Amino acid sequence: MPNLDFGKYAAYIVPAYLISAAVIGALVADTLLRARRWRREVLRLEALRDSKKAG
Amino acid sequence: MITVLANPQRFLAFSRVAAPTLGAIAVLLAVAGLWTGFSVPDDYQQGATVRLMFIHVPADFTGMLAYACLAGSAFFGLVFRHSLADAAAKAVAPLGAGFTFLGLVTGAFWGRPMWGAWWVWDARLTSFLILFLLYVGYMALQAAIDDETKAARASGILALVGAVNLPIIHYSVVWWNSLHQGETIFAAGGSKAAPVYLWPLGLMAFAYLFCFGALWMARIRGEIWRRRAGALAVQGAR
Repeated sequence: MPNLDFGKYAAYIVPAYLISAAVIGALVADTLLRARRWRREVLRLEALRDSKKAG
Repeated sequence: MITVLANPQRFLAFSRVAAPTLGAIAVLLAVAGLWTGFSVPDDYQQGATVRLMFIHVPADFTGMLAYACLAGSAFFGLVFRHSLADAAAKAVAPLGAGFTFLGLVTGAFWGRPMWGAWWVWDARLTSFLILFLLYVGYMALQAAIDDETKAARASGILALVGAVNLPIIHYSVVWWNSLHQGETIFAAGGSKAAPVYLWPLGLMAFAYLFCFGALWMARIRGEIWRRRAGALAVQGAR
């Protein structure tokens, strides 16, 4: 079973894990948001191009 | 495989399935790694701080692997002038910087209770800090040059020159008298770490590796779309 009692070292272990989770979480969020943003932009521009062709 | 995926359309189709699959595997491995990592007994010398090894070593390893990917992509971009290689290089730099930053920070959190110092100008630590600065320099150079082709060429040369730092990091504990511990996991004659710690370390190392793979693919997808959006915007302006 996991033991989360780190004794006198808790002040080093807990922040290290929290910072790791925060940085990896930020990388995941930035990656997904960036990809989604540019995909939407491509779809918008393609729709604009198609409407210009049709019009 | 590389030549097949060098086509952006094929890469988009492949990564649409591969990226979330790798991400899901990374989450499962991380859960297993954290569970086993928090279940192992304290080390007889390091006490509970041995648990920092389970996030420090994978972050270091991934930071270095990401730089090898950056240098490899930059090489293909410079030699073959392939746009997907440039996109791959640009996409991997922030990830490598993030994991290298984590290696430095988690190392400092281990160093303070074990060495009595957050930071020492040791060969391993200093060469690893240089790795982080190389990532920052690469991204700064990319951002500073408006022409994407020129930016890819200049930053690609920087990435290739910086690759000389990878063997320096690896052998720093051999070449110089270092405060940082020497080769432990893949030491000649077998691992010097207690076997009970190898399972969580291995699980977390693969979790970081799969996480990096998933994020790199997703960032390359974003970069492909960004370039396509740029091309469509130019097309629309005519």
